[in-house]
Amino acid sequence: MSVATPLVEHFAAGLEAPICLTWELTYACNLDCRHCLSSSGRRDPRELDTDEAKELINEFERMQVFYVNIGGGEPTIRSDFWEIVDYAVAHHVGVKFSTNGSRITAEAAERIAGSDYLDVQISLDGATPEVNDAVRGEGTFATAIGAMEHMAAAGVRGFKLSVVCTRHNLPQIDDLKALADRYGAQLRLTRLRPSGRGAAVWGELHPTAGQQQMLYTWLLAHGEEVLTGDSFFHLAGYGEPLPGLNLCGAGRVVCLIDPVGDVYACPFAIHEEFLAGNVRDPGGFGRLWREADLFRSLREPTDAGACGACSAYDGCRGGCMAAKFFTGLPLAGPDPECVKGHGATALAAVEAGSVPRPTADHSRVRLLPRRPARACDESPLAPSDFATTVST
Amino acid sequence: MTSVLDRRLGVAPQVSVRPERFGALLYHFGTRRLSFLKDPRLLEVLERLDGSATARAACDGAGVAEAALPAFERALARLVETDMLQERRP
Ligand code: SF4
Ligand code: SF4
Repeated sequence: MSVATPLVEHFAAGLEAPICLTWELTYACNLDCRHCLSSSGRRDPRELDTDEAKELINEFERMQVFYVNIGGGEPTIRSDFWEIVDYAVAHHVGVKFSTNGSRITAEAAERIAGSDYLDVQISLDGATPEVNDAVRGEGTFATAIGAMEHMAAAGVRGFKLSVVCTRHNLPQIDDLKALADRYGAQLRLTRLRPSGRGAAVWGELHPTAGQQQMLYTWLLAHGEEVLTGDSFFHLAGYGEPLPGLNLCGAGRVVCLIDPVGDVYACPFAIHEEFLAGNVRDPGGFGRLWREADLFRSLREPTDAGACGACSAYDGCRGGCMAAKFFTGLPLAGPDPECVKGHGATALAAVEAGSVPRPTADHSRVRLLPRRPARACDESPLAPSDFATTVST
Repeated sequence: MTSVLDRRLGVAPQVSVRPERFGALLYHFGTRRLSFLKDPRLLEVLERLDGSATARAACDGAGVAEAALPAFERALARLVETDMLQERRP
């Protein structure tokens, strides 16, 4: 029996399909959040059309992809949004979609209430308009609250209130939890990564070391009540690992299909370096997932580099690949937010001008700043049991 | 309490099962939970549940040795607890 084999080793051979597949439907967005992981704003003329989207869903069904995390941009902006969602559900592909709430009307909420296969994440990055709107834009707090009111009124329980943790909203963590509770939602906390427009504001918005420690303690205390999309495994260095996979899932359990069909190793890694191919290539998405050179190499054992000697490595695994890449750190080595403080030292040594920039930018204003980081979401699991169960 | 092995079980209707090289992945659309079965024989047991009077019979059919039964019993109990498996009507 393979009880002793860590789950991560099973992933090396590659799963038949990703567990955490993010599918961004459009780069168009009505907002302009400062930390948008996908630098969204304008629609890209090359975006997959309705028929291509349906063909992709057929492929998900063949691969037995359980669910997709639909995002964007603001996915509900697409005029065929519900057509795509209904098609997925009819083909046994569950849909979790992320939205800023602007189109979650009473009718939309009723529709969501009617299906087990539909799950919604409403993005909000502060417990007050001051804190939230500073990042997501004027009026967005009220919009998200309005959406939650519609969801609660339609009787939807357990939808997600999705928060990207920043220096400014972490002091409100209990208020955010209370807010989710008030609407019958579940709080989902994810990590701010220096991806997309997030690169420009990461230095100013990422949590302080003290806040990271507080968050770790808070997460341990709240256990399964709060979802994290396995975002915070780099905090394992504070003590015991948090529930979750405790590894970077990029190309192993995680991947991104962007609006034009480009397949990246992770939604936070929109850069040529992490581009596996396009779903329009021969063999489609399935072939890329199984055979792309990039994915094969990501499934190899990772080099711990400077983390090799660290006592926390088993839980932390050197942290987030995308966070290292977009801050100019070597991938084999500590995370920029390493809880042992090695990240800060490493960051200080990064040469100015050597930091890679995202290779796709659909921002409306070409100043780097503004949209919410949505996680590498769906975290799977916890290691080492014979039959392991995790909340997604 | 009767052992889970003596119950008549089946995979819950809201659960989707995907075979993997290491065993299988289960996903429950209602609870939105994911389970990893890290042994292909456990998948075989699950596949045999419908045609077996008890979970024990399914284990027998899948060639699970006596000595390995307690581990399968624990795994099955966990799957019942998380609603992946449920009582099957005769
Ligand atoms: S750890 Fe970072 S790079 Fe890896 S899957 Fe998560 S977000 Fe992506
Ligand atoms: S040195 Fe590496 S493994 Fe250790 S805590 Fe820092 S990032 Fe994690």
